[in-house]
Amino acid sequence: MNMELSRRGFLKAAGAGVAGTTLGAMGFGEAEAAVLAHVRPFKLTTTVETRNTCPYCSVACGIIMYSKGDLRKGEQADIVHIEGDVDHPTNRGTLCPKGAALKDFVHAPTRLKHPMMRKAGSDRFEQVSWDFALDRIARLMKHDRDANFIAKNAKGVPVNRWTTTGFLAASATTNETAYATYKVVRSTGIVAFDNQARV
Amino acid sequence: MTNAWTDIKNTDLVVVMGGNAAEAHPCGFKWVTEAKANRGAKLIVVDPRYTRTASVSDFYAPIRQGTDISFLNGVIKYCIENNKVQWEYTKAFTNASYIVKDGFSYQDGLFTGYDEEKRDYDRESWDYVIGDDGFAVVDPSLQHPRCVWNLLKEHVAIYTPEFVERVCGTPKAKFLKICEMIAECSTPTKTMTSLYALGWTQHSSGAQNIRAMAMLQLILGNIGVQGGGMNALRGHSNIQGLTDLGLMSNLIPGYLNIPTEMEENFGSYMSTRQFKPLRPGQTSYWQNYKKFFVSFQKAMWGNAAQADNDWAYDYLPKLDVPSYDVLRIFELMNEGRVNGYFCQGFNPLLAFPNRAKITSALSKLKWLVTMDPLETETSRFWENHGEYNDVDTKSIQTEVFQLPTTCFAEEAGSLANSGRWLQWHWAGGTPPGEAQHDTWIMGQIFVRLRELYRKEGGAFPDPIVNLAWDYKDPGEPTPEELAKEINGRAIEDLRDPTDVTKVLVPAGKQVLNFSQLRDDGTTLSGCWIYSGNFNENGNNMARRDNHDPGDTGAYLGWTFAWPLNRRTLYNRASCDVNGKPWDPTRKIIEWDGTKWSGFDVPDIAPNAKPQDVGPFIMNQEGVSRLFTRGLMRDGPFPAHYEPFESPVDNVINPKIRGNPVARVFQNDVSQFGTSAEFPYAATSYRLTEHFHYWTKHNRVNAALQPEFFVEISEELAAEKKIERGGWVRVWSKRGSIKAKALVTKRIRPLMCDGKAVHVVGIPLHWGFIGAAKKGWGPNSLAPFVGDANIETPESKAFLVNIEPTTPPSEVVA
Ligand code: SF4
Ligand code: SF4
Repeated sequence: MNMELSRRGFLKAAGAGVAGTTLGAMGFGEAEAAVLAHVRPFKLTTTVETRNTCPYCSVACGIIMYSKGDLRKGEQADIVHIEGDVDHPTNRGTLCPKGAALKDFVHAPTRLKHPMMRKAGSDRFEQVSWDFALDRIARLMKHDRDANFIAKNAKGVPVNRWTTTGFLAASATTNETAYATYKVVRSTGIVAFDNQARV
Repeated sequence: MTNAWTDIKNTDLVVVMGGNAAEAHPCGFKWVTEAKANRGAKLIVVDPRYTRTASVSDFYAPIRQGTDISFLNGVIKYCIENNKVQWEYTKAFTNASYIVKDGFSYQDGLFTGYDEEKRDYDRESWDYVIGDDGFAVVDPSLQHPRCVWNLLKEHVAIYTPEFVERVCGTPKAKFLKICEMIAECSTPTKTMTSLYALGWTQHSSGAQNIRAMAMLQLILGNIGVQGGGMNALRGHSNIQGLTDLGLMSNLIPGYLNIPTEMEENFGSYMSTRQFKPLRPGQTSYWQNYKKFFVSFQKAMWGNAAQADNDWAYDYLPKLDVPSYDVLRIFELMNEGRVNGYFCQGFNPLLAFPNRAKITSALSKLKWLVTMDPLETETSRFWENHGEYNDVDTKSIQTEVFQLPTTCFAEEAGSLANSGRWLQWHWAGGTPPGEAQHDTWIMGQIFVRLRELYRKEGGAFPDPIVNLAWDYKDPGEPTPEELAKEINGRAIEDLRDPTDVTKVLVPAGKQVLNFSQLRDDGTTLSGCWIYSGNFNENGNNMARRDNHDPGDTGAYLGWTFAWPLNRRTLYNRASCDVNGKPWDPTRKIIEWDGTKWSGFDVPDIAPNAKPQDVGPFIMNQEGVSRLFTRGLMRDGPFPAHYEPFESPVDNVINPKIRGNPVARVFQNDVSQFGTSAEFPYAATSYRLTEHFHYWTKHNRVNAALQPEFFVEISEELAAEKKIERGGWVRVWSKRGSIKAKALVTKRIRPLMCDGKAVHVVGIPLHWGFIGAAKKGWGPNSLAPFVGDANIETPESKAFLVNIEPTTPPSEVVA
């Protein structure tokens, strides 16, 4: 066996992970032939690899996502497999039962797909367009801010507080999202600003 | 974390208290296993439950939840009494020798200056004696009766092994065995690491739990060294980042502060932020505060922030209370004083304590906007789910928008892990349906709001219409644009102050790191501590060189760690006063007579003489603090207080309930239960198969742990005639839930102050939406009170009652 072959390269060449255990007994060529005869072709051979990190806990294990289709070429890309990144210094390819099931997060039946609105008193969500939702939200914000913004306190000091609308940010978003969020929220004077670090 | 996951392999002793790393952080816990296998390191677990971490420990001791300070103060006392102190480190690198003002004292469970009415202290006396030269007075011999060391000795004197047994329920012999194991790490060549998580933070004295261990680590000389440190394992993948970037009521990115209304102008704001060194020659790095603040204001408001308007100081909101944290805002919401609310990837209906109050509060909103990749209970709080969410839908007048966002697999950007590594990731999948990036949603809301203010005017439009938002597509700033802005750039040519003909950074170019930021408006930077993340060398967070020279676990070529790519904070303290490593086999850096260098980025100026400049460069003292002056609201030393709901009284002073300065809202006082009515000590925890309320949407994890349960001892089950796997009702003063009973040997009754205390464990992963079975979580029962310093809710220690019951109506038994 060519020891230079990387683990993943080997798997691709051998056709399936199960080949490893029978190698010693049968010899490489025979094992390969035997395996190929009854196992479907290795599912990752025509996929595109993308590096990412597990979004759950702050160990932040490295992962490799495999997709049918290349997002960077503007194609529709469907994630078909996610595994640990062996090059990552922290997890060295391992994943826990959460990270190992990440593909099912990506494709969960309860993933949200469309903006929805629930009217006052209603018992259901109704699909709305992004434009409708965003225009309405901006209008609701302005309405509340204009009505309740505290420009100065009793002493006449500018305090620029908006206390009647609040914003909970997410500590699973990226730093870049967080920074953009910070700028928008602070520019309005919102002081009820928090994230999961509090709880 | 002061250190990194990969550094844990260098330790000799791992103490897991206030966490359960084997289950909650499995792939990081692997480094504990490495240390055990390769160095013969030992693992101690102290926890109310015999966790999976405990199952691979060398020594386990039980403890009653909420009493960690007594335990740790007891260990400190043991180390002092048995001369198990890293003396050279303690004398040179802590404030042990500093003389404290005469007024300061501690009596009957309270420090000087307590005002019962205000539930607050006057902290004036909690400070050093300052000499005529303007510096703190010290006594390096530690003989002065008022030096920190002698006050500490006095303070911990009551925490005897007998006291610990009485309060914590930890048998004396087990406690002493742990003391012995920990005390061994007082030599310069043995180190201990502390791994903790929410088991320490979710208490009304949470911050002081962590302080107590930090103090122990300091007197053992374990901060700044390989295999040492205070390692907050942290929860969400970017909880570190969101804190660093200041997405909290009172913060500006990089741990700067939002002004209070007492700070009427920029002058008064800066007057308390001069940070003059308290000892000669010390770095006191916060002296650079103004540079970071002005650079932030330039990133926010560009040309609208000028010297003559105090860098748009008046654009910032000014606080009238310490913070509008989530407990305060839900209190206000419940009073009908909040109209609109955004939840961006947050599920408060299952996360915040006293769910009945959260539901009531959300029902009083005029509008709610949620943004998530998955369904959340919060976005459907108005929907009736029988017993699981029994609301009167019609009467709830809240307009709700549920906005679909992309998930990790469909977006690029960086996350800060617990070791402060900013790791970049790339998008690989097409988002489902119309799901959009959070940056797109924030950009779209902003440009629409700005347009309304431009067209119509309104309340103080200036900070909105003048916000620096010059991204290529204002409707969606790219992650790269944002990361570069966080790093910062020169607005004008930055010239060398010693030779003005030399341009260090031309206008428009990225600064190298925060050392180039200025306070004259010529630089901008969104978050100074991150600066260096994306400079003219490119995106350093995307680096993937996994070599590890010296096999130290530092991995300097892997992504970027803040600050300045430094992997171990305070690493100057890994060397003695002369700059030589305490343990040559565990060298991080070293002084070669002219400069510092080694395997990590030195946490000290490269040419700072070791004898002159202390290692704790962020502190005005240059040393670390065993006594925190007035920096914490509830005392300069950690002291024992019971949780607000406790099975026993505070044995130091039975009149004190909970943390005496923790904020309690009037409405919640009547909602605290007593042990007469609610005899059992409940706690909350997580399971390895689930992550909060996300994985219940995922069929694999939902199958692994399908159903909500509560965990109780065999003794309690026998006492209450509860069957294994039978249905139980668990209730507190605030709510009632049903669950299957998991009867185990992992939880045992504890003997505290002469009485048996039964612990009830409540995991938190179930709700009423998703692939798993419907259930509840501990937040239906937990009390609405937080830590005295940072308002983290006390979700780890409260009182409940329990009885056998019938299944919920929807469940076929
Ligand atoms: S599959 Fe489950 S039991 Fe097996 S190694 Fe992974 S986590 Fe452990
Ligand atoms: S795979 Fe497990 S240990 Fe690794 S980051 Fe994800 S949740 Fe954490």
